[in-house]
Amino acid sequence: MRRSRLPFAVLAFVLVFFYLPILILVVNSFNASRFGSGWQGFSLRWYVRLFQEAEIWQAARNTLVIAVSVTLVSLVLGTTAALALHRFAKTRLQRLHYTFIYTPLVVPEILMGISLLMAFVSAGVPLGLTTIFLAHVTFCVSYVALVVLGRLQDFDDAVVEAAQDLGADWWTTARRVLLPMLAPGLAAGALLAFTLSVDDFVITFFVAGPGATTLPIRIYSMIKHGATPLINALSTLLLTLTFLTVGASQRLSKNKLFGGGS
Amino acid sequence: MGEFLEFRDVAKAFGPIQAVDGVSLEIKKGEFFSLLGPSGCGKTTMLRLAAGFETPDRGRVFLDGADITGLPPNRRRVNTIFQSYALFPHLSVWDNIAFGLEVAKRPKAEIRREVEAMLRLIQMEDQAGKKPGQLSGGQKQRVAVARALVNKPQVLLLDEPLAALDLKLRQRMLIELDMIHDEVGITFLYVTHDQGEAMSLSDRIAVMDQGRIEQIGTPAEIYEAPRTSFVAAFIGDTNFLESEVADGLDGEYCRLRISGFPDVVAYNDKGIRPGHPVFLSVRPEKIRISRDRPLPDTRINVAPAKVEDVIYLGPTTKYWVRAGGQRVLVLRQHFRFFLDEKPIRWKDDVWIWWHGDDGFMLEGFRKGDEKLVASPPQKVGEE
Repeated sequence: MRRSRLPFAVLAFVLVFFYLPILILVVNSFNASRFGSGWQGFSLRWYVRLFQEAEIWQAARNTLVIAVSVTLVSLVLGTTAALALHRFAKTRLQRLHYTFIYTPLVVPEILMGISLLMAFVSAGVPLGLTTIFLAHVTFCVSYVALVVLGRLQDFDDAVVEAAQDLGADWWTTARRVLLPMLAPGLAAGALLAFTLSVDDFVITFFVAGPGATTLPIRIYSMIKHGATPLINALSTLLLTLTFLTVGASQRLSKNKLFGGGS
Repeated sequence: MGEFLEFRDVAKAFGPIQAVDGVSLEIKKGEFFSLLGPSGCGKTTMLRLAAGFETPDRGRVFLDGADITGLPPNRRRVNTIFQSYALFPHLSVWDNIAFGLEVAKRPKAEIRREVEAMLRLIQMEDQAGKKPGQLSGGQKQRVAVARALVNKPQVLLLDEPLAALDLKLRQRMLIELDMIHDEVGITFLYVTHDQGEAMSLSDRIAVMDQGRIEQIGTPAEIYEAPRTSFVAAFIGDTNFLESEVADGLDGEYCRLRISGFPDVVAYNDKGIRPGHPVFLSVRPEKIRISRDRPLPDTRINVAPAKVEDVIYLGPTTKYWVRAGGQRVLVLRQHFRFFLDEKPIRWKDDVWIWWHGDDGFMLEGFRKGDEKLVASPPQKVGEE
C-alpha cells in the first residue's frame, strides 16, 4: 500500500506558514541592505544602531520594570487565589471566584484594553507606567492562578496537616513544606507572567500614556516611520528572550522536581 | 492511672451528615485503644478531633487533664500517622524524621541523636538519605511512625495505617507496631475498619457505628459478650435467632421460644422479663455438630438439623444447616482426623447443640444488621 503524501504536505505547509516569516525576519536582521530587498551581505550594523537608540532603551527599561513587578505581584495574588480555590473548591463562592479568574483568559484583549482604559479614565488615574502595570496584573494573575492550581491538583493535602501535626505553625508550614513543593508550579507561573507582560501589545496600547512606552508599542511606532531593519534586529532579540523564558518555564512545569515516584 | 485522653459528649457534623453524635470516651495512659467500625462510622472524625484538625460542634476534648478542645494541631502534644503517610516528598528520610524537632528548635546535637535513635528503631539507618519516592510502602510506613514518635507525643494517633499495604506486609507491620508500642509505652489511638487488626493489637476497642459508640471493651469482651446486634455481626460471624422470653428458670437462666425450633435455654444476665422479644446471638464455633445425639443436659440446647452446605477451610469446616425454620452456621475445628471417620456431608441428618452460656441475648437489634453476617451461598438444585 502506498502511503499518502497528504500528511507530509500539510505538515510542510503549516511549518512554512508559521515559521517562514519569522525565519525571514531573523535572517533579514543580519542583512546589510537598508530596505530588505535582496541580500547584500552579513552585517551586525542594525544591532549596533539599535544599541545607540536611546528611546528604544527607555522602552526596554520600562518593559523590564513592568514585567518584573507584574510577575512578583501576580505571583503572590495568583498563588493565594489558587490556594483558596483548591482549599474551598466546592463552595459556591469559590466557583464564582474561579469564573472570575478564568474570564480574563477568554475575554478578547481589545475588550479588556478598552474597558481598562475607560475604568482608568473615569477613575481619574493618569495613564502611564502605573496603568500598564495594573492592566498586566489583571490578566497575569489568572495565568499564574491556573498554573499553580494545576500543580495543586496532585497535591496530598495531608502533607500540610502532617506539618501542622508535627508542630509547625502556618508560616513554617508555608515556608518549609508548601513553597518547596509548589516551587516548580510557581516558577512556571512566574515565567509565563513575565513573558505575557513583556510582549503584550493590545492592552498596553490602550492604557499606555504619553512617554510611557513599552517595547511592543515602540516597535509599532517605528514601523510607521519605516525603520524596518532596526525592528528586525529588535524582534530577533525579543524572540530569543521569549523562547528562552518559555522553554525554561516548560522544563520546570514538566520536571518532577523530586527524585522519581510519587 | 486515670483517663488520659478523654472525649466528653463530643459531636461533629459535616453539613447534613452527623459524623460524630455525642460520644464520650476515656482512654487510659499507655493504652493501645482502637476505634473500630465500618467506613463512615465517625472513627476518623474522632481521630481528627483528637489531633485538632477538626473542632467539635459540642463537647470537650481533654488530654492529661487539660482541655485541648480549642488548641490548634501544632500546639497539641499528639502526633498522627496518616493513611497516605503524608511524608514530605522534597525532604530526605532523615529530614522527614527531624522535621518536628527542627520546628521545635531543639539543639542540633539532640536532633541528630534522636533521629539516629529513631532510624535504629525502624531499622533504616542505611536509608537516611533517600527521598520518600524511592521507598517501598512498608518503609514509608516506618518513616511515618518514626517521624511521629521522635517528638515523644503523649498520644500517637494512627489513621488506618496499614490499609495501603498488602496482606503479608500488613501482618509484619502489625507485629512491628505492637513491638513499638511495648517499647515506647506511649498511648496509641488506632483507627481501623479491620477487626483482625483491632483484635490483635488493642488493649481495648470501641466499636462505632453511625457516629455513636456501640460498645467499649477488651477484644474478648467485644467478641464473647456483644451488647448489640451490630457488634455481634460486625465482629466475626454469628447466628441471630429471633425469640421471645418464655419463662425464667432457676437462677439467671431463662427459656426462649423460637418459632420452628425447640425451646432454648439462655443465660439471662440482663434480666429480661418473660413475654419480651429478644434476639439470641450464637457464635458458629460454639455450636457442636454430630451425627449422634448428645447426652441430654438441662443447660444444653439440642436441635435436629439437615446439612445444606459444607465448606472445608483446612483448619476448620463451615456447615450451613437447617434446623426447623432456622438456618444456622456451625464452625467446627478438626481436633483429630481419623481416616475411617465418615465425614458429615451435604443432606446428612445431624444434631447441633450448644451450651446455654454460649448464647447471648442482645438488648438492641437493628433490622439490617443480620446482613453484615456472611450469608450462605445459594444452593442450586433440589430441596
